[in-house]
Amino acid sequence: MPEYKAPLRDIKFVTEEVLDFPTHYANLAGAEEATPDMVSAILEEGAKFAERVLSPINRVGDQQGCQFKDGVVTTPDGFKEAYQQYVEGGWPSLSHPEEMGGQGLPDSLGMMVTEMIATSNWSWGMYPGLSHGAMNTIELHGTEEQKHTYLTKLVSGEWTGTMCLTEPHCGTDLGMLKTKAEPQDDGSYAITGTKIFISAGEHDMAENIVHIVLARLPDAPAGTKGISLFIVPKHNVDTSGEMADRNQVSCGSIEHKMGIHGNATCVMNFDGAKGFLIGEANRGLNCMFTFMNTARIGTALQGLAHAEWALQNSVAYAKDRLQMRALSGAKSPEKPADSIMVHPDVRRMLLTQKAFAEGGRALIHYCSMLVDTTKKGTDAEKAEADELMSLLTPIAKAFLTETGFESANHGLQVFGGHGFIAEWGMEQNVRDCRISMLYEGTTGIQALDLLGRKVLMTQGATLRRFTKIVHKFCKEHKGNKRLKPYMTALDKLNSEWGDITLKIGMKAMRNKEEVGAASVDYLMFSGYVVLAYFWARMAVVAQTKLDEGTEEAGFYTAKLQTATFYYERLLPRTRAHAEAMLSGAENLLAMEEDNFLFLNT
Amino acid sequence: MKILVSVKRVIDYNVKVRVKPDNTAVDLTNVKMSMNPFCEIAVEEAVRLKEKGLASEVVVVSVGAKSCQETLRTALALGADRAIQVDAEDGLDSLSVAKLLAKVAQNEAADLIILGKQSIDSDNNQTGQMVAALLDYPQATFASEVVIESGEAQVTREIDGGLQTLLVTLPAVVTTDLRLNEPRFASLPNIMKAKRKPLDVTTPAELGVDVGSNVTVLSVAAPAERSGGVKVASVAELVDKLKNEAKVVS
Repeated sequence: MPEYKAPLRDIKFVTEEVLDFPTHYANLAGAEEATPDMVSAILEEGAKFAERVLSPINRVGDQQGCQFKDGVVTTPDGFKEAYQQYVEGGWPSLSHPEEMGGQGLPDSLGMMVTEMIATSNWSWGMYPGLSHGAMNTIELHGTEEQKHTYLTKLVSGEWTGTMCLTEPHCGTDLGMLKTKAEPQDDGSYAITGTKIFISAGEHDMAENIVHIVLARLPDAPAGTKGISLFIVPKHNVDTSGEMADRNQVSCGSIEHKMGIHGNATCVMNFDGAKGFLIGEANRGLNCMFTFMNTARIGTALQGLAHAEWALQNSVAYAKDRLQMRALSGAKSPEKPADSIMVHPDVRRMLLTQKAFAEGGRALIHYCSMLVDTTKKGTDAEKAEADELMSLLTPIAKAFLTETGFESANHGLQVFGGHGFIAEWGMEQNVRDCRISMLYEGTTGIQALDLLGRKVLMTQGATLRRFTKIVHKFCKEHKGNKRLKPYMTALDKLNSEWGDITLKIGMKAMRNKEEVGAASVDYLMFSGYVVLAYFWARMAVVAQTKLDEGTEEAGFYTAKLQTATFYYERLLPRTRAHAEAMLSGAENLLAMEEDNFLFLNT
Repeated sequence: MKILVSVKRVIDYNVKVRVKPDNTAVDLTNVKMSMNPFCEIAVEEAVRLKEKGLASEVVVVSVGAKSCQETLRTALALGADRAIQVDAEDGLDSLSVAKLLAKVAQNEAADLIILGKQSIDSDNNQTGQMVAALLDYPQATFASEVVIESGEAQVTREIDGGLQTLLVTLPAVVTTDLRLNEPRFASLPNIMKAKRKPLDVTTPAELGVDVGSNVTVLSVAAPAERSGGVKVASVAELVDKLKNEAKVVS
């Protein structure tokens, strides 16, 4: 039976020792409560919830899935009860404003708890995850009245939320969306249309669901500039804030999917449902973008979650599984065979998982630290954090989900044939992970966003903001003999990143297709450099601790060894990406469409 | 009714315990520490009695170095009202701890003292009994149910071969068994409130208790590792081995 243990030591290493959250919180407005002892008390309780309540129902969720009958969705056994416990524990309120019933703690602290929830049971975690997205939207763009009516109930967890964007004919290209919003005499709008792929659109875990819906006003301009945002509750809410009759919104069916079976993916039908405009008319997409970064970091987290889960379970299995002997001679002669830990190739897979999981953890919590600053920092700090976020978001989203999937796949491989058998849980981990590269913008879309919008459209300014930080860091630590190998390699890659960008930019001036042709390799290259930066930062801390003398020599030595593995075995992948992306668009575009297949000729 | 609950910070029940190479003690460096599970049950019982309106105040006390304040905060997050740390070195023997707890109970004029039946590190199962003896209070150990009514506690105890029900007059000492209740998880708002609840620090000297130890630890060793089994050819061989090798049958 697969298991999850919250990696509290590693979360502490990343947030306290590497990213120095205590100083960050001391300087962050409104974070006075987040002292190290408070943070650790909250994490320990969150860990208990993830380990003891959510982890045991992860497999149940996969096996049973959600059931749909007559518009009603029943979640798997235990999901509802776990949600009740989550609400009673006050967890939905963590990072939301105190005047709305929240605890007002920093987003980044919420992310640490979310990491544990996400890893122990991703499908379950999506229900509160979607609520969080709806809450952020109402918090930023809602009127005071809307906040008091809807936000308070979402913060308490009594109600949950959704984000309704996708329609049958438009996913990535939201400019094509058709759902109509007609103004009514009472100031509300009648919403009509069909939305698909709505996660947590209908379920039995809470009494009411607050949908945030993208729709078009009658006089709206075509395309993305004519989209507005509406609040549409499942049950209407009366003037006293209490639930009233059922609104004209219903779930038409749920999807049968490859993974995340425990989460209801719904077709939602709006038949003249009562909705309320949120934010400015025709500015809906802009409102969405403000929260899109956080939502994408939330999906990036899914990559980390599946990598961590795979790592924990495959290390346990590899230590336990006796098979064959080490090539250099038996390591455990008293046993019938050595554990598969002795085999270099098994270690290659385990170390790959470790490098991506722990490196990904550093990137995720760095990003959530930036989120804190974009909300509470001074104007100058906000501007810098915004710019860094805009660069790192597509990288984190696509790179961490791609490497998370690779790690999940290695997890299955370590188990050999047993990995293919459902009860070990490794195939579920692979299936659940797969969606992360698709929703919230596919890898391809993230890559275009990164190279096109974020890097080239800013003439490389956004990129330079980050590469400068990396360069400065390398210079600072080059003097240390033991750290020098990391710093030299990182600095070189960092400037190559700039050079490659320039080359692609030049090519793109002659042919715009070069951007699309280079984009995914460019994104992966960027991801490897970014993670190299975080592994170097972790190596600096580990080396310092070892130099000072520590009782945890094993922990810090493993950090240095993983950093070395990352630099020597994973970073060479940048060579392939660099060569591929500079090979030009021609090798992709030359072939005639009709010549892709000759099946019936 | 005022309830005093004692809590102990011990090695977490999930941790694989290692003995120090010099066999002087269990290795506690960088090991996860938590509230003793039986103490968690004691806190839960006290909080439930308060929630039922039967108790007016729940005070938690721990004897140990500063780090046990974390454990006290956990108890406050679970619903205790205030905390007392008796600042002393970790690992005092049961009698010293019992003397300190008895003194605190007297100072607090506690009507009910609830303790875990034993701590999972030293497994002595004697502190509660000693506290009762020192205070000359009635005691009901290994409780699986506690009912408070008109100045008395009706306690169901788990004993060999079944259940025994005792009626004790308050003030009394109750120690908890595993099945008394299932401790709750602390809620986020309560974790935050716990920080603002009072936590007083006192010392054995202030309490007028001499904590000189009567127990010396000679050596700590891990249990022998289990070795592989053998198949025996006959019952006679089995009996012979039980008699002469394992020496469990005479």
